[in-house]
Amino acid sequence: MISLVHEPIDAVSLRNALVMPEDGALVVFEGVVRNQARGRKVRELQYEAYEPMALKKLEEIAWQIRVAFPIRQIGIVHRLGRLLPAECSILIIVTAAHRAAAFDACRMAIDTIKKVVPIWKKEFYEDGEVWVEGPE
Amino acid sequence: MPIRVLFFASLAEVTGIREAELDASACSDVASVFDRYAREFPGLEAHRASLLYAINSDFARPDSRVQDGDEIAFFPPVSGG
Repeated sequence: MISLVHEPIDAVSLRNALVMPEDGALVVFEGVVRNQARGRKVRELQYEAYEPMALKKLEEIAWQIRVAFPIRQIGIVHRLGRLLPAECSILIIVTAAHRAAAFDACRMAIDTIKKVVPIWKKEFYEDGEVWVEGPE
Repeated sequence: MPIRVLFFASLAEVTGIREAELDASACSDVASVFDRYAREFPGLEAHRASLLYAINSDFARPDSRVQDGDEIAFFPPVSGG
């Protein structure tokens, strides 16, 4: 349940694909395009990936998370291409018997992804554009 | 010794290329492959301090050995999520 997509992310479909009767908790994290950064108004973002390596690293992270926490399943979808403010750039869903592990696993997943998965974003402002380098 | 070289994000903009084939016979390690492109595209020098390297989709070090058929990627610190 790991993918890179070039169209809007369908959170409900992933939720329905992951959830099972034995789950007692399902935690959803959405990264959202914010309309300002570094004091400038953001018009849109562009995400680019080294796709084969990004998929490999996402699979490795999902495996590490499943080993580290008593969760049942984790799904990760990252969107690429041009996104507008309020659109979802990344979706992480964790299912587990109990909520504490699901929250912790989801937090570790997004924090790790931001450090090691080869995806980059470029911010487009009213009067220019900048590649963002390094996690924020 | 042909290898495939990839540039991403700001590095692709600096070089104007996203991928290249290189006869890397003269390049023993990843850093020497980068040096070869930094001579061709001087704008790459500004990125050297923060540069990340990958060989065949795994992170590598500047002194990692380059082998026939490798896919070498150069890119800036990641900013996905």
